[in-house]
Amino acid sequence: MAATTAYVPSPAPSFWRRASTYFYRHPRLSLLMTLALPMFWLVVIYLGSLLALVAQSFYGVDSFTGQVTNQLTLDNYRLLLQPANIDIIVRTVTMAALVTVSAVPLAYPLAYYMARYASPRMKMILYVLILLPLWSSYLVRVYAWKLILAQEGIVSWFAAQTGTSGLLDAFLQIPGVGGTSLALSNFGIFIAFVYVWLPYMIIAIEAALERVPKSLLEASGDLGAKPRTTFRQVIWPLAFPGVVAGSIFTFALTLGDFVVPTVLGNSQYFIGQAVLTLQSTSGNMPLAAALTVVPMLIMGVYLWFAKRLGAFDAL
Amino acid sequence: MRSKRKHLGDHASWRLKAGAIFALLFLHVPIIVIILYAFTTDERTFRFPPPGLTTKWFETVITSRPDFWTALVLSLQVAAIATGAALILGTLISAAMYRAKFFGRDAISLIVVLPLALPGIVTGIALRSAIGFAGIPFSFWTIVIGHATFCIVVVYNNVIARLRRTARSQTEASMDLGATSFQTFRHIMLPTIATAMLAGALLAFALSFDEIIVTTFTAGQQQTLPIWIFSQLARSRQRPVTNVVAVFVILLTSIPIMVAARLTREASSEQ
Amino acid sequence: MTDPSAIAVRLKNISRHFGEVRALDEISLDILDGEFFSMLGPSGSGKTTCLRLIAGFDLPTSGSIELHGQEVGNLPPYEREVNTVFQDYALFPHMTVADNVGYGLMIRKVSKAERNKRVSEMLDLVQLPGMEQRKPMQLSGGQRQRVALARALILHPRVLLLDEPLGALDLKLRQQMQIELKTIQQRVGITFIYVTHDQEEALTMSDRIAVFNTGKIEQVGTPAEVYEYPASEFVAGFVGVSNLIGGETARKLTGTSDEFTIRPEKIRLQEPGQPIGAEVCSIGGSIRDVIYLGMYTRYLVELDDESDLTVVQQNLHTTSMDVLAARGRPVQLVWEREHNRLVQRG
Repeated sequence: MAATTAYVPSPAPSFWRRASTYFYRHPRLSLLMTLALPMFWLVVIYLGSLLALVAQSFYGVDSFTGQVTNQLTLDNYRLLLQPANIDIIVRTVTMAALVTVSAVPLAYPLAYYMARYASPRMKMILYVLILLPLWSSYLVRVYAWKLILAQEGIVSWFAAQTGTSGLLDAFLQIPGVGGTSLALSNFGIFIAFVYVWLPYMIIAIEAALERVPKSLLEASGDLGAKPRTTFRQVIWPLAFPGVVAGSIFTFALTLGDFVVPTVLGNSQYFIGQAVLTLQSTSGNMPLAAALTVVPMLIMGVYLWFAKRLGAFDAL
Repeated sequence: MRSKRKHLGDHASWRLKAGAIFALLFLHVPIIVIILYAFTTDERTFRFPPPGLTTKWFETVITSRPDFWTALVLSLQVAAIATGAALILGTLISAAMYRAKFFGRDAISLIVVLPLALPGIVTGIALRSAIGFAGIPFSFWTIVIGHATFCIVVVYNNVIARLRRTARSQTEASMDLGATSFQTFRHIMLPTIATAMLAGALLAFALSFDEIIVTTFTAGQQQTLPIWIFSQLARSRQRPVTNVVAVFVILLTSIPIMVAARLTREASSEQ
Repeated sequence: MTDPSAIAVRLKNISRHFGEVRALDEISLDILDGEFFSMLGPSGSGKTTCLRLIAGFDLPTSGSIELHGQEVGNLPPYEREVNTVFQDYALFPHMTVADNVGYGLMIRKVSKAERNKRVSEMLDLVQLPGMEQRKPMQLSGGQRQRVALARALILHPRVLLLDEPLGALDLKLRQQMQIELKTIQQRVGITFIYVTHDQEEALTMSDRIAVFNTGKIEQVGTPAEVYEYPASEFVAGFVGVSNLIGGETARKLTGTSDEFTIRPEKIRLQEPGQPIGAEVCSIGGSIRDVIYLGMYTRYLVELDDESDLTVVQQNLHTTSMDVLAARGRPVQLVWEREHNRLVQRG
């Protein structure tokens, strides 16, 4: 070599060097050690709790003392079949379904615009605008509707200004929908749910639409299809997995929530509230556990369908 | 009715734009309302229009509501520790999943995301019953355990995404040049995932700070900020105080998110 | 200095199985100290696997590897006196060129002053002076390649492994780098083990070539040996272009129906009816297609039995107009019998 510089020998073997070589030669062991701590946490603590929960749902409660007994029984599940409890479940599932279905047309225009027409810069701005509410405190956003829908709030004021107060009152009379005021009604709950979960639906649909090559849409138009047909035959089938993916969020989050019904509801219970009350006030953990299993099962079935409809590829 | 054929690359129809703008307004107007009501002079109702505007509630919150400060500090502490734990656990899982194909990989991806995918009450009550069963008193640390569990996936997603964009030859080159696995991690891997870890940490922090459902189940007498706000909603006096705190919370959670988004975007454009 | 009789790398019965797949099947090889040795073969032939085994990124299923007489067993890469230039260069993006090149020295705790000195020397060697503070992102493909080379050479390994390092470069740059690599190798005197799928590259640069095919080595030899005396049909077809003749046509030409190969440039085109020498094979046909390549022309000649022979001739006297007019003409193909190579079926 032109400038001969002597070879630099390897460093002397040290503890760390030997340890490293040992792990190199035993890749399985090193994998095990990497995963040990996180797996202990997730499997033992988390999965363990879930299993314990399901197990709890089979424990009996002594009707006399109210104490949890160790006898295995299906009583809790039988209790769930009582009309009052069925009521709660049906109410919650119906709400979840309504919220999901309503979120789609609301989310679609924005999602489509972002995927198809927005420039990269515009898209980034829109992303931030959509995610910002999502991260601006969930509780606060629910609370906002308590304000807006309040008896003396914005909506009432608006109704008064436009002379539609009578309409508003009539609306509040509708059983199952209305209540003493919008802020204490199923309608209010409905609006709030749609509001808080909307960003998830927008993002999910947008992600699915992004994958549609523009050329596909062009081809459809070139072949003479009217925009409406293009939508029906081409865009919608391709966007559908995104819709399903988004619906997983809206449905699951609505099923388990107790905050919105508490803030905006009346005395009609949703599953989340029932679980909370059972577990804290009534001290009836087994029944609470049994009730919790219901949304778990529902979501299990829902996810299974969603996977078949291709939602997981769209996520 | 659109009668002419649309050419692509065209502008969106006014209908589409209207729908998009409506959605955006729908998302943001309520937040503006919240901010507006932080200034109202009416402390008992939500009367619109507000009878008067004032900044006195900001002063009230800062000086005369120690319960707010306690809740805030608790939330910050919980978020900090939960984020730290999630960082360690999430990065470990990422390292393992990146390296090798092994039996059970899919199962692990599922388990990691489960705490966030299952409804909050499921995670909440499951942890509550397990903690109760183990006889551990509900305290600060039980809150942290709950938070750390669902924050893991946030860190994991960020770090694994970054790792997947890294060529395997990087670590091989380092080892080829004389570095042990530990040295390779320190000099090569860590700088590579640093921004991803930071982004994940910021998101985890915001997630923990905002969380109420799981927290309700895993807390003892403690009040994190969301729990505090929740309890305030039932009160009928000093209502704007809640709004002031809301404004504050909006800032405190949205800023880390934006920074995290910035970091992820920068890192991916750097490649 | 390098001792030609010393063996830098010895592979004894090396196998590497991935489940059912045999990436390498009982390979044995001796690579001499100081030589430029190429491992040539198509994708999936095992050449890169072989390289990785020598480097230590992978461990063999069976067999042994010796580096300068020492068995390496399952030593990790950082314990082997071998360095690698990767196909994607694998430069560390968050470090400057200087930090990249000096990485190995930094790990060995060489002082900063000494590091800087050696890094400069190395950058001069690869003709990138003054680039110390650049980042890899700012460099062109050719520059990155040189940095990767400098980084690997700075530790004075006794063996340098190169995994298709020129694959991503355009033709002119590649040819230039081939010459530079060869020059550096001769100056530095290190053993180079070079993996490539480009047979022309291997022929240009190597002292010796090993031709790989589906996990086995079909032939080891100098470029001339491998080209002129291919040991199998595969080698004949992979290294350069070759014509395969068998069956009745072979019988007509050589008296036996044993298959043989003949290189296109060894065949001459003659007008039909012209005199033919003694130790010569000759067969008639008509020119089916002509491909003009500037320096030479490739002819596809159709024989009576409807098979094709490829013939390549330098355009010493002809121009493109002339050669293209040859299409369809009847022609006599003539070549020296000694250029026939019998095909060995394994």
